[in-house]
Amino acid sequence: MLDIVVSGLLLSGTYALVAMGLNLQYGVARIMNLANGEILILGALASFWFYTTSQVSPLLTLVFITPASFVVNWLIYRFLLTPLVRRAKTQGALEVDSILATFGMSFIIIGIVVSIEGGFFAYNFLLDPISIIGSTTSLNRLVAFVIACAIGLALYLWLNLSRSGVAVRAVSVSTEAAGLVGINVPRVSAFAFALGGAITAAGGVLISTFITLDGSIGVVFTLKALIIVIMGGVGDVRGAIVAALILGLVETAVATLIDPGLTLAAAYLMFILVLLFRPEGLFGRRAT
Amino acid sequence: MKPAGMSELVWAAVLVFVAAFLPWMVNGYWLSIGVTAMMYIALSTSWVMFSGPTHYISLATGAFFGVGGYLVGAGMSDYQQSFWLMAVIAPIVGAILAALIGFATLRLSGVYFVIFTLGLAEMIRNVVSWVQNNFLGSRGLYVLTDFRDQHIYWMLLAVAAVVYLLGWFISRSRIGFALRIIGGDETVARHVGINTATAKVILFTTTGFFAALVGAIIAPRWSYIEPNQVFSPQLSFLVVIMALLGGAGRLWGPLVGVIPFTILWEWVAIQFPNQSTLFLGLCFLLIVYALPHGMVGRIEELRARMRRGA
Repeated sequence: MLDIVVSGLLLSGTYALVAMGLNLQYGVARIMNLANGEILILGALASFWFYTTSQVSPLLTLVFITPASFVVNWLIYRFLLTPLVRRAKTQGALEVDSILATFGMSFIIIGIVVSIEGGFFAYNFLLDPISIIGSTTSLNRLVAFVIACAIGLALYLWLNLSRSGVAVRAVSVSTEAAGLVGINVPRVSAFAFALGGAITAAGGVLISTFITLDGSIGVVFTLKALIIVIMGGVGDVRGAIVAALILGLVETAVATLIDPGLTLAAAYLMFILVLLFRPEGLFGRRAT
Repeated sequence: MKPAGMSELVWAAVLVFVAAFLPWMVNGYWLSIGVTAMMYIALSTSWVMFSGPTHYISLATGAFFGVGGYLVGAGMSDYQQSFWLMAVIAPIVGAILAALIGFATLRLSGVYFVIFTLGLAEMIRNVVSWVQNNFLGSRGLYVLTDFRDQHIYWMLLAVAAVVYLLGWFISRSRIGFALRIIGGDETVARHVGINTATAKVILFTTTGFFAALVGAIIAPRWSYIEPNQVFSPQLSFLVVIMALLGGAGRLWGPLVGVIPFTILWEWVAIQFPNQSTLFLGLCFLLIVYALPHGMVGRIEELRARMRRGA
């Protein structure tokens, strides 16, 4: 029981981080990015690849893969998604277009990743056992959790305390109103999309230290991140953290008590409950 | 009744009649491609019936298709039922499942629906494998019938014709009109008194019914059924691509997309077996950036331009 709580808690840290990345992309840049999980897989692949070929620590990989992913995602937004944003007459039309375009990107990334590394990416990093309040787990999970929390906290403070963070939040509330008060909406959107991608890739590096991944598993992470974002309420950081905690705990409980093959079904069950009872998110207010 | 609508129906009847002769005209290889194409025609036409007017992208086809195929396998192998009985039960189960999913997701915005259907096939596959491993024991199911490719082909052709006819009626009925308004602007639809959720759920249920039926009919082709094989998530995406490539704005749009794409896909699978996912991705990008209204949209655009020029 205690084991479930501890490992569920440690898992939820990374989930919360990835969901924050997606939240920036969907809540601010208004792009439903279904290639999010594939960006995560790219981060994981880079980490695996550097570690197995030249023994680069994933923590070092993290430091340079995050800005690299920022640049890549900025380019994606600038050259592939901006035309769609301009073309879209309504938010609905943009959603359909961005969903289809990001599907395309996700398949292209899967195709590339699988041709680089067709098998599993697994490596042993910081596998020392440690004991937390009487439950034994491995050090890599704890390290991943701490780093995820640190990045998440930094993001939270930046969003709430800095001037540019306020601009990002303003765009997430209303693109039109933000434009009226002199915020460069296209620039902030591109920045938020790129930042979201950078955070997702960082999450991928962290996850790869303790979970075995393969090239085609990205969609599972996309789904989990989406479920967390919806459960927490779009644009709600606090809600996303609570939702990630719930998902991490439920998933770990189902995996240990029933069957590891049913974690996705558990996530779906929660998704259905949220859709039926709290579609506006855990702390959201019902739209009128 | 507008004459244009009637002539469309006459054309469809002629096409079905001609298509029925395919098994006598071609060899086994092309017939097997014909079966695949006919399967996708039925699936993507029923997809367009719902997703065309509403712009809700459904990725649930694979899930319903898998349920249909799996039920036939389980019914025939584990419970010694006849194929025909299972082919009746499967679409009903598919329809019930679709209605439940529609009820949970279609009252909300389209994004929730897409996300929900995205992992649906995978989730059902996980649950089915779990049930099978823990409670049923056996892993594979046998579907042994006397059907040959041409029989499956004719059954699929019949289904495709029925789907088309139904779609034709729906697009001329009150509910079809309601769906187009929903697709145009959902708030407007609600304000003019359309029960948007009910209209969407009814149409989505129809899609689930036909996808499960197609899955059931295809099952004898494999003869050995495994959850990993019938619940292929790729199928849902292929259906979306073919429907959009042809054009989702017209009921006959998918027909234009399916036939060239099936042949192309077959070729890619043989020539570049490892690059098929990459190819799928490129197709999506091609549709979004170059053919937003599909080939049908392009054709109609050209026609309009020629008329203006003449």
